[in-house]
Amino acid sequence: MTIVYEKSKGLTDVPFHYCPGCTHGVIHKLVAESLVELGVLDDAIGVAPVGCSVLAYKYFNCDMQEAAHGRAPAVATGIKRVHPDKVVFSYQGDGDLASIGTAEVVHAAHRGEKITTIFVNNAIYGMTGGQMAPTTLVGQKTTTSPFGRDEAHCGKPIRISEMLATIDGAKFIERVTVDTPANIRKAKKAIKRAFECQIKGEGFALVEVLSTCPTNWGLTPLKALEWLRDNMIPYYPLGNFRDFGEGK
Amino acid sequence: MAKGKVTFNDDACKGCELCVAVCPVKIIELNKEKINSKGYSPAHVTDQEKCIACANCAIMCPDSVITVERL
Repeated sequence: MTIVYEKSKGLTDVPFHYCPGCTHGVIHKLVAESLVELGVLDDAIGVAPVGCSVLAYKYFNCDMQEAAHGRAPAVATGIKRVHPDKVVFSYQGDGDLASIGTAEVVHAAHRGEKITTIFVNNAIYGMTGGQMAPTTLVGQKTTTSPFGRDEAHCGKPIRISEMLATIDGAKFIERVTVDTPANIRKAKKAIKRAFECQIKGEGFALVEVLSTCPTNWGLTPLKALEWLRDNMIPYYPLGNFRDFGEGK
Repeated sequence: MAKGKVTFNDDACKGCELCVAVCPVKIIELNKEKINSKGYSPAHVTDQEKCIACANCAIMCPDSVITVERL
């Protein structure tokens, strides 16, 4: 009898506090599995954000540091420069990275910091109760846009991956999602490649993962995955925007 | 076709049903006769014989509830 799948050694025994069906859990697994498979779990240092994944430091089985809201890439920069032989990553949501922390991630990418950022985009502020985020889609109802996001008033949602792909210091940028087992496998490949980018000393790497928020979207976990497929993927196209191996 | 065995860590399950949706042989459902320590009805397998050890359920599970073995 061979084990085909079991809980990753890269995760602690602490049960996730996430709502039922929240895909943060899937993304945590992929990061943990990638670190284990690349053999760098013992050398990894993660930086947790503010937002739903604020307690990520309890879940990853490696050294972790909490950062102020949006400042994870700046904290990761400091850690990486003091410990250049460690594998340093930040794990951030869209309220953290695409709003209050945009300056930090843009400049970390611009400086070509050799860190890996996992960017979880669920188009809403989850922890604080479902407010409109910069990534909220036009027409999407949230507690602060009860009639749907109005483009004339709030502009269009920000596409972080496309923006960062214009920066030379960013060596690996890819957008993935975790709505099906096939897409989860692709997402893991991208996350591993983003860590390889850092391990090979190429430069800044970011993987944007389209995620769900069943609770604040007001949908069941399964309906939320459908909503992601029907609404988010058309606006946030999946794919690679920059890869250090292909001269992109 | 490979045979498999699926085991659930019942108390970690939140009953989100993502595993139910991705099982190609449709053998997972929520066990409505049971309530775990979190207050959810955990997922379970109805017909273990039909499992093909594809691990789709375990890959999809956000809470790492599922262990899959190939017999």
